[in-house]
Amino acid sequence: MPEGGRPGVVGDHIMSGERSILMSVRNLSVHFPSGKGETVKAVTDLTLDIRRGEVFGLVGESGSGKTTLGRAMLRLVDLTTGSVEYDGDDLSHLTGKQMRPYRSRMQVIFQDPYGSLNPRMRVDAILGEAVTLLGGGDSLSERVSELLDLVGLPAASQRRFPHEFSGGQRQRICIARALAVRPEFIVADEPVAALDVSIQAQIINLLQDLKDELDLTMLFIAHDLAVVRHISDRIGVMYLGRMQEIGPADAVVADPHHPYTKALLSAVPVLDPGARVGRQILKGDMPSSINPPSGCVFRTRCPIADDECAATIPELRGDSSRSTACLKVT
Amino acid sequence: MTQHVELDLQITGHSDGIPGRVWRFVRRWPVLPLFILVVLVFSAIFAPLIAPYDPTQGDLNLRNIPPAWDPEGSMAHILGTDPLGRDVASRLIFGARISLMIATIVLSFGVLGGVTLGLIAGYYGGQIDEIAMRFVDFTLAIPFILVALVTVIVLGQSLTVIIGLLVIFSWSGFARHTRAETLQIKTMGYVEMARVIGASTPRILYRHILPGVVNTVVVITTFGIGGLILTEATLSFLGVGVPPPTPAWGIMVADGRQYVTQAWWVTVFPGIAIMLTVLSMNFLGDWLRDRWDPRLTQLL
Repeated sequence: MPEGGRPGVVGDHIMSGERSILMSVRNLSVHFPSGKGETVKAVTDLTLDIRRGEVFGLVGESGSGKTTLGRAMLRLVDLTTGSVEYDGDDLSHLTGKQMRPYRSRMQVIFQDPYGSLNPRMRVDAILGEAVTLLGGGDSLSERVSELLDLVGLPAASQRRFPHEFSGGQRQRICIARALAVRPEFIVADEPVAALDVSIQAQIINLLQDLKDELDLTMLFIAHDLAVVRHISDRIGVMYLGRMQEIGPADAVVADPHHPYTKALLSAVPVLDPGARVGRQILKGDMPSSINPPSGCVFRTRCPIADDECAATIPELRGDSSRSTACLKVT
Repeated sequence: MTQHVELDLQITGHSDGIPGRVWRFVRRWPVLPLFILVVLVFSAIFAPLIAPYDPTQGDLNLRNIPPAWDPEGSMAHILGTDPLGRDVASRLIFGARISLMIATIVLSFGVLGGVTLGLIAGYYGGQIDEIAMRFVDFTLAIPFILVALVTVIVLGQSLTVIIGLLVIFSWSGFARHTRAETLQIKTMGYVEMARVIGASTPRILYRHILPGVVNTVVVITTFGIGGLILTEATLSFLGVGVPPPTPAWGIMVADGRQYVTQAWWVTVFPGIAIMLTVLSMNFLGDWLRDRWDPRLTQLL
């Protein structure tokens, strides 16, 4: 048991680091009712630990449950089964009111910087709201300027409305708002997906700088492996609500174990045309999360699946640093 | 072609001459509607001071005098007199008082009740929403005129009864529109974000959802004022409106109708008053809606 780790937590991938676990997700399932009496299984039986100071990158296709996992951590959705623990406290069954003390410790940056800012509030009001509600004790105008400075926006932005900013600037405002409450943990839910490529790098670098400067822990969600690799310490790959592979960022990218990760990586565009050998293209679409395949959820598109995969649900197996949920990987 | 014309207008509008400035001012601010509204409110408040005659006391010797500019008219009665010899101008001025009072009271209750209910129903959804909306349907399904007739027969004809009736039937539209807007706004990222930064539900409703609903509410309120004046006229027409001799615009139109061939001014002037009021309220509502949308402010 690593120093600072809590007794009772038996994960497959607790590393022998000195950093304690900040966010711990245990056998989490989040299912939503869909109109016709069916159930959308957004996240199924997922276990994950995020250590203090770590950036955990979460990748997967649209509909793989990445966003739902992030929202479940913040208790923005109700958990169906399993638990979410933050710094040792079980958040699974807290009401909205009981969650409020934790709101100042965990924040979120959403994908869409256009929808996440109230078009009728000026920037200082947007940031000021966060500061007054949870920040506490700070001089308001000072703190607002400080926050704008932190995310690289001019102090003159204060009196402007969100529509006067570009997408990248808006995302900076969203980041400033998330930081306003001095959080320890941030869920960045595809923070660059809605931005131009040229702006993406700026925002990612900003997040990275802020992470170092403020000693943040981050869950970084994206569907772009290149982006995730750049910022993350560890990467988790999700498919159809289940975690398929977890490992150190560079190791996963350099040597993917799970066939899905391999396919995902070969989809990343490469500049050198000569290097495009053995490109593996997945057939078909991701199955519906209302009615996922039996056994391994990836078997319907997997190049190496056989009958065994249809019968057994693969568990995440491996050593403390690398684990893979595939029966064919040893 | 059109482009060029607009461009020219733009240039004229921005020239620094006096006409240019006036033109820009008129384009930017709702001068005429505001003026009419101010006149209206002013006459409503100071009616006893402005009106030259008692609106309820007529002199039967001075019946059906045409307006002042008619050869048979006199300056003593600028807008003429009605078939009971009452001064039309004075009745119009006092009528503003009644109409505005009805509109203000009814709409205050209607907006307050309807918007609150709509916000709560839309935000919480589920059972609360279901119950509230069935209640709205219930209200909308009741034939207003019929209920008004029965109520007035039972309780007697009075201003209080009319206002009470209108209040009961006025909130449902606000509730329905507010709910619809709330349903849409609550899915916006900033509402969820407000929750993440620890805002309480009342705060979210007040700070983040209500401002998005206000526009719609203002617009339906302005239409509501016109609608209320017309409803009051309808009730008066059926004989269950504001009791005579109270000078209300609706009843003036309805009463003067019978004499329209001999004394058109008795009907036409209150008609014009209603039209101008409704029109300026609508213009004002449109202007406010644009004004309050920060994305449009620069265009104005």
